[in-house]
Amino acid sequence: MASQKSKQFDPVANLHEIEEKFEMFQILNEEGEIVNADADPKLSDAELVELMSRMVFTRILDQRSISLNRQGRLGFYAPTAGQEASQIASHYALEKEDYILPGYRDVPQIVWHGLPLYKAFLFSRGHFIGNQIPEDVNVLPPQIIIGAQYIQTAGVALGMQKRGKKSVAVTYTGDGGSSQGDFYEGINFAGAFRSPAIFIVQNNQFAISTPRELQTAAKTIAQKGIAAGIPSILVDGMDPLAVFVATRDARQRAVNGEGPSLIETMCYRYGPHTMAGDDPTRYRTSDTDSQWEKKDPIVRFRKYLEAKGLWSEEKEAEVIEKAKEEIKAAVKEADAAPKQKVTELIRNMNDGDLPYNLQEQYEIFKEKESK
Amino acid sequence: MAQLTMIQAITDALRCELKDDENVLVFGEDVGVNGGVFRATEGLQKEFGEDRVFDTPLAESGIGGLTIGLALQGFRPVPEIQFFGFIYEVMDSVSGQLARMRYRTGGALGAPVTIRSPFGGGVHTPEMHSDSLEGLMASQPGLKVVVPSTPYDAKGLLISSIRDNDPVVFLEHLKLYRSFREEVPEESYTIPLGKADVKREGTDLSIFAYGAMVHESLKAAELLEKEEYSVEVVDLRTIQPLDIETIIASVEKTGRAVVVQEAQKQAGIAANVVAEITERAILSLEAPVLRVAAPDTIYPFPQAEAVWLPNAKDIVETAKKVLTF
Repeated sequence: MASQKSKQFDPVANLHEIEEKFEMFQILNEEGEIVNADADPKLSDAELVELMSRMVFTRILDQRSISLNRQGRLGFYAPTAGQEASQIASHYALEKEDYILPGYRDVPQIVWHGLPLYKAFLFSRGHFIGNQIPEDVNVLPPQIIIGAQYIQTAGVALGMQKRGKKSVAVTYTGDGGSSQGDFYEGINFAGAFRSPAIFIVQNNQFAISTPRELQTAAKTIAQKGIAAGIPSILVDGMDPLAVFVATRDARQRAVNGEGPSLIETMCYRYGPHTMAGDDPTRYRTSDTDSQWEKKDPIVRFRKYLEAKGLWSEEKEAEVIEKAKEEIKAAVKEADAAPKQKVTELIRNMNDGDLPYNLQEQYEIFKEKESK
Repeated sequence: MAQLTMIQAITDALRCELKDDENVLVFGEDVGVNGGVFRATEGLQKEFGEDRVFDTPLAESGIGGLTIGLALQGFRPVPEIQFFGFIYEVMDSVSGQLARMRYRTGGALGAPVTIRSPFGGGVHTPEMHSDSLEGLMASQPGLKVVVPSTPYDAKGLLISSIRDNDPVVFLEHLKLYRSFREEVPEESYTIPLGKADVKREGTDLSIFAYGAMVHESLKAAELLEKEEYSVEVVDLRTIQPLDIETIIASVEKTGRAVVVQEAQKQAGIAANVVAEITERAILSLEAPVLRVAAPDTIYPFPQAEAVWLPNAKDIVETAKKVLTF
């Protein structure tokens, strides 16, 4: 009997074996030291400085956004601090022709992809001009329904494939989003069509208040890609170089016709879920917060660049000053946006003539708005 | 001209549009080699290739997302939802995403999508295959909802739907797929969306109906004719938006109206038509406007279907109440 049993497929051992293989990919450790020289992307000095500048800009944008929100000058806002490596370093591996389908926390990526900053503020304030994406910017407005962007990404990627484009569709969700049915349908469709897509899960440990452990029995989110038959990787999401390399490689495979990839970035959001009353002290301890703060992407990248002689306090102050100026100008531009009218909203319901009901309602609101 | 069934007319419309516009894509579950479970896409993959006509994995929500993404890449997707009872699986893509695309982007992005799907009762299907869920769609701003009742209309309306720059839900009644043939031109033609069709003229009563109920209404009109009543039957064809001009003109002419739907009575299309008539033509009315609809239960088990579904006799009964008020 014993020898017979040993020949049997052991599903438990198999599961553990697969899970053990998902080691976290890291290039730059918390001290800013290269620990995986083979994987070092060897970015040029200028590229390294640019990536750092973008992360610093994004941290300042987050701080200013929170402050503007508290002053009542911004609306819906989902804080991003802690996720700069996951967001900005993944975006840094993309090209302008790539198409981004963001979740609502992924505003920085679409801004860096070309969405004017004042539009991001108008999105936050609830003005449709914020969602009027310029024709040459390949992004969608932030998705509110968790997971919906995943299935749409499969569609954009299939469309690119049919058009023969050498570009990719890239989407983001969180650890909570990986529990949605649309997450599985999205990665499965893209896999089945071998479409050029990159699915990024920013595992920031909490879906609002629900911890990662309650989302799934799976040891990693990355391993979910295996079931869809697509290359998947678990990355240190506080390490800009590792996130960059994982995304760059996924992009390369995609444009080579090798299909989609899944990237899980282990990261942390320092702030609340959104600025609409979420209180993280209800579900996290300050101990956990400070453990993650030690892994901070900007701190470790600063150390790395300073050691290379590429960064200094003065340089950082310069970037911060520039960011503040740009943000100030964008707020001013957002303030100047015309007042939103219901007649305009009605007009945006369909192409061509309005149907009778909307036409009648248009006239009613035209009258109201003329007063 | 050829004598075609409705399903053949639909295939014909798809063929015309695949031929005329290289951005048209037809896809869904089993639509490729198999030609669709009802053969709506018969032969299309062979004619236009796997790039234009293709099978998807079995997941309606995925099909919805695929549709949106393809539209964002400039295609004109025509997905099939295998049975309309499966629409709940893809409600977010339809109502939460497609219907809002133009609006939420301030007109920057559109969604020129036609979702085709069979629905309707009377053919003894398992659960969730026969439900009339058009009311769900019609209550969602941003969607047009089209329900043809004849092969000729099906072809012209489907071509118009595909050419429309906004999302259209195109519902094909299962019982009408092969119930009769009529002459359908071989060439491409369009029937404007939002236009009803007076299928039979009359002066004493207007019956408003769509889908399979148009045929029950025509039968009812014939039965009533034997009793000297002249009954007009208006096929709504597009149930969102309604053709309010045709509806009101008919009511103003006859002064009496009955609205028929196969769907359950509660919160339906018929209620909307009654409300529009009441708001716009109450002074033309000689009698209350009544509805004929299915009872407010879940769609019945097949063995009770024949009694549950509204039919010509039910319509005659209600029409008489209105005619003799």
